[in-house]
Amino acid sequence: MHTAQDAAPGQLDHESRAWLDGLRAAGAGRSAALERLHDLLLRAAYAEAGRRRDLYPEIAGAELDDLCRQAADDAVVAVTGKLDGFRGASRFTTWAYGFAVLEVSVKLRRHAWRGGSIPTADDDATWDRLAGGATSAQARVESAELLSALRRAVAEELSARQREVFVAVALNGVEIDVVAAQLSSTRGAVYKVLHDARQKLRARLEREGHLPMEVR
Amino acid sequence: MSDHDPLADLLGTAGEDAGCEGGFTVLAEYVEAELDGRNVVQLFPAVAAHIHNCPACVEDYRGLLALARERRGAA
Repeated sequence: MHTAQDAAPGQLDHESRAWLDGLRAAGAGRSAALERLHDLLLRAAYAEAGRRRDLYPEIAGAELDDLCRQAADDAVVAVTGKLDGFRGASRFTTWAYGFAVLEVSVKLRRHAWRGGSIPTADDDATWDRLAGGATSAQARVESAELLSALRRAVAEELSARQREVFVAVALNGVEIDVVAAQLSSTRGAVYKVLHDARQKLRARLEREGHLPMEVR
Repeated sequence: MSDHDPLADLLGTAGEDAGCEGGFTVLAEYVEAELDGRNVVQLFPAVAAHIHNCPACVEDYRGLLALARERRGAA
């Protein structure tokens, strides 16, 4: 999938090697490394939550503190559980940050959406709103024709689950993590459903001449 | 995502897509390559496509890039 080479053990940078040695140590050495890791990931969780504060302004104070602590706790568990999967292709800290970002991301989205329902609207107003995004008159006409064809394809090409996910995520902008929680699924599995739905829709629009044929 | 091409937003890009798990596996390497000034679209085309197509992972990518950049600046 990618061309970059994994680092050989001897090529690890000094800091990454120190992290691995500490987390693989026994007794007090491991405890100290775990504490440092938690501190690192808690700071990362706060930084990431702060970066997204405009997206979730309603989550603040003790609620945000609790969410960041949970994210750091869960990220430490993930990092230590997957330590053998660290290939040394990046710095250890960057790799570990990824888990903190993922935990904060999922928790913020699900927290913000709690109690809400998943929009299932694929009515005229929903499609008209999408068509209204075009800026020129010609673009509006082309966009309307395409969206009309796409709407038929959504109704005729997709399975019930694909339609549910496509309508929620693509049409109504619901977060994939929220849909995943509602469906007791994972982000990756829901994205796969969305991806397959998009492929079907794209193929139909190509067959009908609304999109240029892709080289396969 | 584009503000002016609703179809592109709806359908994503054609071609190989690494998916969420596949993208996450190499995301740290991806952002470090980007910070090194390397061409990540050439190095990791399927991951670049996924970041473009997945509204959840693109935000995580931005977050990880910001953290890795800050860490380098502090080092």
